[in-house]
Amino acid sequence: MQVELRNIHKFFGPVHANRGITLTIPAGTIQGLLGENGAGKSTLMKILSGFIRPDHGEIWLDGRRASFRSPADALRQGIGMLHQDPLDFPPMRVLDNFVAGSPGGLLPNKEDARQALLSISQQFGFALDPDAYVDTLTVGERQQLEIVRLLWLGARVLIFDEPTTGISAQQREKLFAALRRLADEGRTIIFVTHKLEEVQALCHRVAVLRSGELVGEAQAPYDLDRLVEMMFGKVITVGRAEPVPHGEPVLELEDLAVEDHRLTIQGVTLTIHAGEVVGLAGMEGSGQRRLLRAAAGLIRPTGGRVRFLGRDMTGRPYLDFHRAGAAYIPADRMTEGLFPDLTIREHVALAREQTGFLLNPEAMQSWAREAIEAFSIRGRPETPARALSGGNQQRLLLALMRPQLRLIFMEHPTRGLDIESALWIWGKLKERCRHGTAIFFMSSDLEELLNYSDRVLVFFGGRVTRPLPADELDVERLGQLIGGYGFDEVALDRPTAPAATEGAHA
Amino acid sequence: MNEHMTWRETVLYRGGAVLLALVLTSLVIWVSSPQTPPWEVLGLVFRGAFSTPAQGGVSWSKIADVLVAWIPMLLAAAGLLVTFAAGLWNIGVEGQIVMGAVFTTWVLRALQDSSTPPALILTLAIAAGAVGGSLWALLVGLLRTYGGVNEIFGGLGLNFVATTIVLWLIFGPWKRPGIGSMSGTEPFPPELHLPTWGATRLSPVALAIGLGGMAVAYVLLKGTYFGLRLKAVGNNPRAARLMGMRPARYMLLAFGLGGALVGLAGAVQVTAVYYRLIPAISSGYGWLGLLVCMLVGYDPTWVPLVSLFFAAINIGSIQLPIVLSLDSSLAGVIQGTLVFSFLFTEGLRRTVLRRRLRASAAS
Repeated sequence: MQVELRNIHKFFGPVHANRGITLTIPAGTIQGLLGENGAGKSTLMKILSGFIRPDHGEIWLDGRRASFRSPADALRQGIGMLHQDPLDFPPMRVLDNFVAGSPGGLLPNKEDARQALLSISQQFGFALDPDAYVDTLTVGERQQLEIVRLLWLGARVLIFDEPTTGISAQQREKLFAALRRLADEGRTIIFVTHKLEEVQALCHRVAVLRSGELVGEAQAPYDLDRLVEMMFGKVITVGRAEPVPHGEPVLELEDLAVEDHRLTIQGVTLTIHAGEVVGLAGMEGSGQRRLLRAAAGLIRPTGGRVRFLGRDMTGRPYLDFHRAGAAYIPADRMTEGLFPDLTIREHVALAREQTGFLLNPEAMQSWAREAIEAFSIRGRPETPARALSGGNQQRLLLALMRPQLRLIFMEHPTRGLDIESALWIWGKLKERCRHGTAIFFMSSDLEELLNYSDRVLVFFGGRVTRPLPADELDVERLGQLIGGYGFDEVALDRPTAPAATEGAHA
Repeated sequence: MNEHMTWRETVLYRGGAVLLALVLTSLVIWVSSPQTPPWEVLGLVFRGAFSTPAQGGVSWSKIADVLVAWIPMLLAAAGLLVTFAAGLWNIGVEGQIVMGAVFTTWVLRALQDSSTPPALILTLAIAAGAVGGSLWALLVGLLRTYGGVNEIFGGLGLNFVATTIVLWLIFGPWKRPGIGSMSGTEPFPPELHLPTWGATRLSPVALAIGLGGMAVAYVLLKGTYFGLRLKAVGNNPRAARLMGMRPARYMLLAFGLGGALVGLAGAVQVTAVYYRLIPAISSGYGWLGLLVCMLVGYDPTWVPLVSLFFAAINIGSIQLPIVLSLDSSLAGVIQGTLVFSFLFTEGLRRTVLRRRLRASAAS
């Protein structure tokens, strides 16, 4: 089935997630959809599979205009989507799951369904036991069940959202073989990913999204550098900041391990010195955020030790880190950083040392004025945080940091900000570094990582590189590492066996 | 994004809300009593708050009755403001009034035959009411912070438990000599009643407790570091944590403090209104306090005035069964539709605002 998207727009509040995307996918192809997190891939695919409606634009299937009222409606018209987290019913048996979504009335014919399940599975070499419980299946097997189910329900377009996260190498090979076969049979496959090597290995063609826009398309064989450039944008080098002399160790990670339901990071050993800046690179969801949070005491590491200012702080809560002179600045300013309904004045008062029991309105007013002036915040003392623009929210967050910090943890220090604000914010941060504050941050902006870090760690598919001096890297090399190319040469560990990892979580 | 209302929007939405409430109430009146025009009924309710239909003119005893109803509502609303500031839905407010009344009764019963001076007994009893409400609320808080039970369910469940405890006390250990009855426990001797003003039912001490409780909540929330932190925790507990606060601790404090204010309402009902423990000791004032808070958007400034208005409706509707043979529960209809209408128009305003925002973003 040929799929055509015409000028698709989607807004979430003030966020313009899809900006006029037009894309034609011929029948029988494996179409890659490449882009960073937040580029708009998932939104676009949710529109195509009927989960959400576009605010503007049209979908055409085999030359006919289509519109979907629901995912079930989209599936009736031939479009099925496999989500990143399988949307099945874990406490049920495989066969019941298989039948649950079918339009079969009150009493589904289970015998027919069993036959269909077995015969479709056999075609693709899947070994699914109809009577097993779904929660005993691995992520890969649950994916197989979902593929078989969608095919049985007549899907002619199959959308895969990051399907290779959390499955073993053998299951990945099986999946790729199945996808090639489905394409040969004339079905259309859309493969959403951020892994360059998978695009290279599997996709006939690829479309790249960045900040909600379709920035380019390419056909196999691919020019890797061009794909990296399309994903991350044109590279302008601002010039590296001058190095800051480093002092005594501030944060020491020793063989640190973190995990979530889909990946395990092990063996991170790193010492950050006073005045030093260390950046974490990688696609979102590669583990860098968990590592940063574990290092700050916000989540418990699953192994290894954390020392802060020479003291063993492993397993201690964030509050202890905070008291000892650390601050954690989250990426999501409205859900974790600021108090949306509180004014600038109230924020500033909260951030300061308490004096007495009663608030002093005049003092609060003048503190707020000082902060607004010193941090060039466009707002008044009585403006609530939610009414500020993203850049001004970030400035307010910086204004709230205590003066004598030893270590700042930061997620995406300048995400969503204009260049001028970004430069200004790093100016403020580097000023702190000159006074001995260390910065440990993650970012998806390659230039930011290269320009401001002393060393960079790259995360990919559950693995980490050793700390790489930033001046030995350039944007191309960093982009390739993030996409998994040439990773083994600089990896910190031997490759972990994905099958073993998966077994632990199944 | 301009979220402040212009005066025109204020008139449109707030005025619209009042109008909507009047229309809905009239509809209910029309259905239940088609022969009386709705405005006559509403007029009677409002006049009834200040005068008796038989005599006409301003009746001081009526006004005193309104204030008597105002006090527990004020205290319940004050306590709820504290928990709302911390972002908590204290649905257990009714149970906290009841447990406040139980603790007060307990102290009065324990000391009424001793030689302790009555003033001291009353002081201790009222303080015990605050403690009772506070402990009952803290139970909800502990269930939430350590047991993972949402405060709405915990509070709702404990309301039923509190009611059951009162019934058990009235028909069991605290029953009147002879046989227990729905009329409550044995009334306390007159020296253990809070003194009233002249021939009215209004006690100046109770009024002082009500206004004092409200003042405490107001100052706490508007003028202290503690109140500011409470607001911060309520607005965004995750940000509060990253700023070095302990959200769970502040939530517990909010429950403890809010519960104490609510418990005072129960204490006042025992020592100044019923002079004994009765099964319906809370008289629904907790729910009314909740409605008041929702109507004013949880801003302490307007709580005294709006709860006074609600109290007036309550007293005014007492006339209804006598004069028009309509049920006095019409008061609840007026109060409920008002809150509903305000919430509805507020939701409408936000939707319109969002639409306008999206339209301007798309163009």
